Amino acid sequence: MTTIRVVLPPHVKMLADVHGEIEVDVPGKGPSINDVLDVLEDRYPPVRGTIRHHRRGERRPLMRFFACGEDLSYESLDTVLPNRVLEGSEALLIVGAIAGG
Amino acid sequence: MPTVRLLVGTAKGGFIFRSNESRSKWRREGPMFGGWEMMHAKGSPVDPQRIYASTWTDWHGQVMHRSDDGGASWETVSNEFAYVGDVGTHQWYDGTPHPWEFKRVWHLEPSPTERDTVYAGVEDAALFVSHDAGESWKELDGLRTHSTGRDWAPGAGGMCLHTILIDPGNPDRMYVAISAAGAFRTDDRGATWQVATGGLRSEYLPDPEATVGHCVHNLAMHPSRPDTVFMQKHWDVCRSDDAGDTWREVSDDLPTDFGFPVAVHAHEPETIYVVPIKSDSEHYPPDGALRVFRSRTGGGNWEALTQGLPQEGCYQNVLRDAMSVDSLDRCGLYFGTTGGSVFASSDEGDSWSPVAEHLPRVLSVEVQVLP
Repeated sequence: MTTIRVVLPPHVKMLADVHGEIEVDVPGKGPSINDVLDVLEDRYPPVRGTIRHHRRGERRPLMRFFACGEDLSYESLDTVLPNRVLEGSEALLIVGAIAGG
Repeated sequence: MPTVRLLVGTAKGGFIFRSNESRSKWRREGPMFGGWEMMHAKGSPVDPQRIYASTWTDWHGQVMHRSDDGGASWETVSNEFAYVGDVGTHQWYDGTPHPWEFKRVWHLEPSPTERDTVYAGVEDAALFVSHDAGESWKELDGLRTHSTGRDWAPGAGGMCLHTILIDPGNPDRMYVAISAAGAFRTDDRGATWQVATGGLRSEYLPDPEATVGHCVHNLAMHPSRPDTVFMQKHWDVCRSDDAGDTWREVSDDLPTDFGFPVAVHAHEPETIYVVPIKSDSEHYPPDGALRVFRSRTGGGNWEALTQGLPQEGCYQNVLRDAMSVDSLDRCGLYFGTTGGSVFASSDEGDSWSPVAEHLPRVLSVEVQVLP
């Protein structure tokens, strides 16, 4: 089990009824973004479909994943998270793209 | 004493306003789901404490909500709207084929007879139904797969199914309207559909009398006369007395026959209301004067209703789902504007007063009367 720090976008925090950064315990030693989202969606069912597509599983177009100063959005969602996120020294930031002015 | 509840959907969340029978003072609750675009919220006629709400953002897509206590608390229900089978294509803005893709829910129509049944009109245009109070949704794909479907094209707001009328005496019969495909009728609870556009004429089409392509903005029906349907089209106010098979224009002496909502008086099936808008390029009232027009003859002989409404300097629009009528005697009317105002009339439109000002852009207004 790996504890991952996650920052959700404001609209999703409202759905999940959480504030600030949260921590999720994800099975395995080297989880991916998809593994984190699986746990998030189980714990907070209203989040389903708001970050990744229900059936296709792909990232919604205006969602971004940042960590350790890097944009992970264009990586496969099955890529193992960076070490500093796995170690807990950095959070996975799930961000709504700046769009719309 | 009855109470009146207004469900107001705006571009940045939902609001509930409550009043008593006098409808003179209103108490605001909200915003609910702040930051989410609340497309529509509507209560069940069977159980008015049950309210469904559709919220959406470009970032996170569709989220659906249900309240079983009149809006005091909400729970999230299913937001999974999956088209049945091969989605096929419709026509895109440039005339090329474009695959159907779910974007958002424009309109919710709870069944008038079944507590757990609710219909959802969505973009890209399709009709979904839930028989478990929103916990799951199933497409009634006979509409989307209609033989004309491949020719449907989006209006400026997207290819949305925005109007659902259910005959309360015969729930097998429903009407829907789609921008910019037209109007359709089912007589078998959504299994099969007939185009309901006979007699419509739209000068913006290459063939003005084409079967599909008419940009129907809204439909309205009095429950006692399910064969008579009123339509606000992109241009033209029309009526049909044969369940949509044929239509005739009743715009008559309106200052302009462009607009979005059309509504029918709760107790007078031949009294109807529209809000004329200057044109399809100038989405504001003529002369900066916000006027509701009423016809007591089912079209034609329109009278302007102005008392209490801004008669100068008003350049706001009233969107298709942003007008509603209550069932009190005298009938009340309500509408919201893109400038964030909500107006109420407790005397059939003779006079108006503000319920709210300075809200976000109002997308929808529904009213409930509670015993």
